[in-house]
Amino acid sequence: MKGEITSISGATVSVDLRGLQLYDRVYIGHARLSGEVVHLEQERTTVQVFEDTHGLSVGEPAEGTRAPLTVALGPGLIGGIFDGLQRPLPSLQQQSGAFIRGTREVDSLDLQRKWVFTPCKRIGEQVAAGELIGSVAEGHLQHSLYASHAGELKKLASGEICLAEPLAVLATGEQLFGWHHWPVRRPRSGGRKRPAERPLITGQRCIDFLFPLMKGGVAIIPGGFGTGKTVLEQTIAKFADTDLVVYVGCGERGNEMAGLLSEFDELKDAAGRPLLERTIVVANTSNMPVAARESSIFTAVTMAEYYRDMGYDVLFLADSLSRWAEALREISSALEEIPGEEGYPTYLGSRLASFIERAGVVETPTGKLGSLSMILAVSPPGADFSEPVTQACLRSAGAFYLLDTNLAHSRHFPAINWTQSYSLFAKKGTGFFREQVAENWPQLQRRCREILQQEDALREVVEVVGMEGLQDRDRLLMYAAERVRRDFLSQNSFSEDAFSSPQQTVELIDRIISNYDQSLQQLDEGRLLSEILKGSCDAAG
Amino acid sequence: MRLAEHCYRTISSIRGPLVFIEHVFAARIGETVTLSAPDGQLLEGEVLKIDARQVLIQVFGETYGLDLEKTSVTFHDAVKRAPLSRDCLGRIFNGAFEPIDGAPMFIPQHWGAVSGAPINPVARQYPREMIETGFSAIDALNTLIKGQKLPIFSCAGLPAQELVARILAQARLPGAGEFVVVFVALGLTYHEFSFFQQTLKQMPSRFVAFFNLAGEPVVERLLAPRLGLTVAEDLAFNHQMDVLVIVSDMTNYCDALREISTSREELPGRRGYPGYMYSDLASLYERAGRLRDRPGSVTMLPVLTMPEDDITHPIPDLTGYITEGQIVLSREMQQKGLFPPIDLLPCLSRLMQHGIGEGLTRADHRQVANRLYRSYAKGRELRKLAAVVGKEGLLEEDQTILAFADSFEQNFVHQGEERRDIFQSLDLGIKLLEEYQVKL
Repeated sequence: MKGEITSISGATVSVDLRGLQLYDRVYIGHARLSGEVVHLEQERTTVQVFEDTHGLSVGEPAEGTRAPLTVALGPGLIGGIFDGLQRPLPSLQQQSGAFIRGTREVDSLDLQRKWVFTPCKRIGEQVAAGELIGSVAEGHLQHSLYASHAGELKKLASGEICLAEPLAVLATGEQLFGWHHWPVRRPRSGGRKRPAERPLITGQRCIDFLFPLMKGGVAIIPGGFGTGKTVLEQTIAKFADTDLVVYVGCGERGNEMAGLLSEFDELKDAAGRPLLERTIVVANTSNMPVAARESSIFTAVTMAEYYRDMGYDVLFLADSLSRWAEALREISSALEEIPGEEGYPTYLGSRLASFIERAGVVETPTGKLGSLSMILAVSPPGADFSEPVTQACLRSAGAFYLLDTNLAHSRHFPAINWTQSYSLFAKKGTGFFREQVAENWPQLQRRCREILQQEDALREVVEVVGMEGLQDRDRLLMYAAERVRRDFLSQNSFSEDAFSSPQQTVELIDRIISNYDQSLQQLDEGRLLSEILKGSCDAAG
Repeated sequence: MRLAEHCYRTISSIRGPLVFIEHVFAARIGETVTLSAPDGQLLEGEVLKIDARQVLIQVFGETYGLDLEKTSVTFHDAVKRAPLSRDCLGRIFNGAFEPIDGAPMFIPQHWGAVSGAPINPVARQYPREMIETGFSAIDALNTLIKGQKLPIFSCAGLPAQELVARILAQARLPGAGEFVVVFVALGLTYHEFSFFQQTLKQMPSRFVAFFNLAGEPVVERLLAPRLGLTVAEDLAFNHQMDVLVIVSDMTNYCDALREISTSREELPGRRGYPGYMYSDLASLYERAGRLRDRPGSVTMLPVLTMPEDDITHPIPDLTGYITEGQIVLSREMQQKGLFPPIDLLPCLSRLMQHGIGEGLTRADHRQVANRLYRSYAKGRELRKLAAVVGKEGLLEEDQTILAFADSFEQNFVHQGEERRDIFQSLDLGIKLLEEYQVKL
């Protein structure tokens, strides 16, 4: 379907095409910039262009595709680095050099790459739509391939294949391919939803011990600038015990993405594979076009869902959701919609909620459990947590890790505030750890909380009378609390300590608390505080 | 596609720096235009918006003297570009790229679009080498790395310009490579302008300067940093130079952005600044960086004044979210007589962790920096406590830390006219830690 451009304002372009549907993809101008239909009127269709519109002119051609923005799903996504429209960035670099100039059509999947296909059906068998027909080995995962149509198998490939060729041909003549397109804005429904039962082990003591997250759960990390959102997200991406990590750099820094890419290439996971081989990266930095930033989280989450539906545990990390919300606001204001709170469109909350609902545990047709967990960074302006994006996320997320500017300024990282953060999974997670790791996990957790709470109360006293004015018991508590904060809750992401297994975590807190109990006992026996402190310092080494 | 220039006299309205023209044939978004006023004055502009009936143009420069009948508008069929050549080194220009140092304009080798293009994240080289500014508080504790963007947050009345001038004069790059400073001054008063002119005259390294004075057109304030960065990218990636871009003062830039946005009748966001300010600032700051397999680098040091000393104001807030850390100046340190008046607690250099240590600066750098920082932070906390309970109410070891914090400010942060290299800074830090036997 062809037409022409009738008006242009920044990245919002009107065309005279008719009969398009909302969110259909449209190619704009001689340069074939891609865009998406956002408004439909009788005489006029408004298109949001995903790319830089400089040099575009009224009267240039526009072409409607009658299909929405989709991503290609198939073997070969893992280890890939894509932009917000799923164009592989290394291919873009080969085509246009170090700077992203103009646009070109690039295949998201390498259709010529060879894979070894192991069918699990035989020629002559009946297959149902969505039934497993075989798999290929993609890195350490068995990549399951499903039939797109039902029928009797007339031809079936085996051994070396490439995606350009059909995997199978049905008796009806229908071809079954090893890859397909999926509209990014429509959630995939791969199976029945299940409740979250297993914890996601992040290796961060503060999270695993105090505020555990479940596989299939959603956590948000709000924090002002410099509170370590990105470092925390990247550390979790490195160590989390999932099969696959999908990392979206949404409107963030280019250097950070470069750092992540080179680091993930060098670092190895527990099994000795480069981290990049279990990661899919979507990078849409802050200076890349705004509309592509808005679509980037959908592109990424669709890929994450695809692997979840094969029965894998997938962790989705977004840095940062606020940049996505701001992109939505920019687009909304360019469309002259009526603004809601702080200029965000009124549908921000519902859009976010439906996005967050894409997380969860599903049971695949073959009975495997796959999960999609999300950890989403939020960047509240002026570190004010009452702003709309944080509040909208809070309504749907299950865990809330608030990053505290004061903790960050005193270089306590991760700067998770232990009084204001929470996890709705705490009970389930603690139950799991009690059964699987240590019987006394819940008791230790309670003691740890108590010590921190009492410290808070005592701190107010200290502000009036000074440390010298405290009783000996209280001073012991202050020392114990300091050890909990310094040795247990804070963790240096750039050292060996970056990952702590649940076993190590519980041993460490056990040591600190029993040390404190011993000191209290010694005090009751009449020993001097200074002696006890000296002794416990030596013990702590 | 048109091949010729078009000229129109069909202006329908003029509103501040915005001009609406009717019946234009095939105008392009971002195309440059020239307006010639009845008195012969020539102004440049850019196409912002096109619809079926009219074209909206943003004019660079003051629109005094334009009228509806006699003013003509020429469309050039090209987007705004900057003239590029090595010959721009050592020259001073205004915000429209016209020389103001008395010498004639150089002959451009080629032209580059001022809006630039985003660097492909996979083509970026992660920055690792430090730039020595000569200030201990920056070099030792918040190291500036080649390819980084590190802003200076200042308050009205603090000597940010003096700090910038000192960095201009004494910044060094260990190792080979040509080092060049691109200086972009936005909304400068004449007083500040003459101060910087003096500084530039005495500079050992080479420079290119763009001056937009307070009385000059607001739109040029939006253009000048883009000109500066286009020149910087050319020098860095086509001529293999290491370029340090200093932009002062970004607050004036943001206010200009707000002014233009309002006259375009756009929906205002926080404090009247447009909703796209984050993306707009990112389109400047993100041009800093290095490329894989190619020498040369663009490092940015933007300076901004926090309105009402408020770090949560949209300008410092959005900047902090884009840049890789920040250097914060404070009134309290200024009142103590420290120069530079850096308040270390909210300062941060995100790229420091990977840019220091053995082979880069010195093996003990990270350890010394962490100890200094932690002890000083503790000292600052104790200072608040001491204000309530008195020094005597503190433990003896806490009193030591308090004394350390005072001495650290006076001897380490404060350095007046002195320039210290990184090794002197680290040694001084170790000496202070030993002197007070701080145990943290």
